[in-house]
Amino acid sequence: METHQLHPDTWVDLYADYLYNYAVARVNDAEIAKDLVQETFIAGLKSAKNFKGDAAERTWLIAILKRKVIDHYRKINSKKGKAEVRMNYSAQTDAEGDWLEERIADPNSNFENDALENEELGLAIQKCIAKLPKKQAQVFTMKTIEGMETEDICNALGINASNLWVMIHRARTGLMGCLNQNWF
Amino acid sequence: MMISCEKAACICNKAQYKEASFWETISLRFHILMCKACTKHSKQNKKLTTLCNKANLVALSEEDKRKMKESLPTKN
Repeated sequence: METHQLHPDTWVDLYADYLYNYAVARVNDAEIAKDLVQETFIAGLKSAKNFKGDAAERTWLIAILKRKVIDHYRKINSKKGKAEVRMNYSAQTDAEGDWLEERIADPNSNFENDALENEELGLAIQKCIAKLPKKQAQVFTMKTIEGMETEDICNALGINASNLWVMIHRARTGLMGCLNQNWF
Repeated sequence: MMISCEKAACICNKAQYKEASFWETISLRFHILMCKACTKHSKQNKKLTTLCNKANLVALSEEDKRKMKESLPTKN
């Protein structure tokens, strides 16, 4: 089996968005998620010498991030009593009684599955974006994820519009190929 | 009237971001009627757009990444 090596100087470019997506899905807050990603990188650097090389870099970083997410929840729940499970009985008065039975998950709901699948999809897309050449990944992210105007991207990167569309085209074609096996 | 496949692909990409003009859209439609390869490509391209929308993608801005890089002590 090939052994993996760490290249911390490429971490931010390759994995920041991937980890960020993962974190946002779990803490539901952009700022906290950003901090967790940052902490993950720092912790990764600190413990780089413990990296045994049997997992890929990304897997290893995700494992650290998972701990960070757990720590985060521990921290915000650390005040005594906060960790208790508390039921807020709903104030919706049209419910007959405030029965617990009315508040359990609906087994026929597709919502949770969809949410899980969408998160998986998001991570799959980020993985594929990370495989693109850097410039293409950058343009695609700015255009598709950040939703920036064509003109603004051109100004920011110092390219002209037709350059931009060529890069978008290559990025999209690359992504189609990369996602093809599982998602098309 | 018939546009090249390269042109069609370019318009198709613009259309994914709703930036294709009315006439561009018409000529793309017309091209797709004639060209099997572009039909397939445009279908997949649309699908990619749908997937990207569905996934609630988020990204850190370049500024954030730059700051992140700065705060990481790089040792080689």
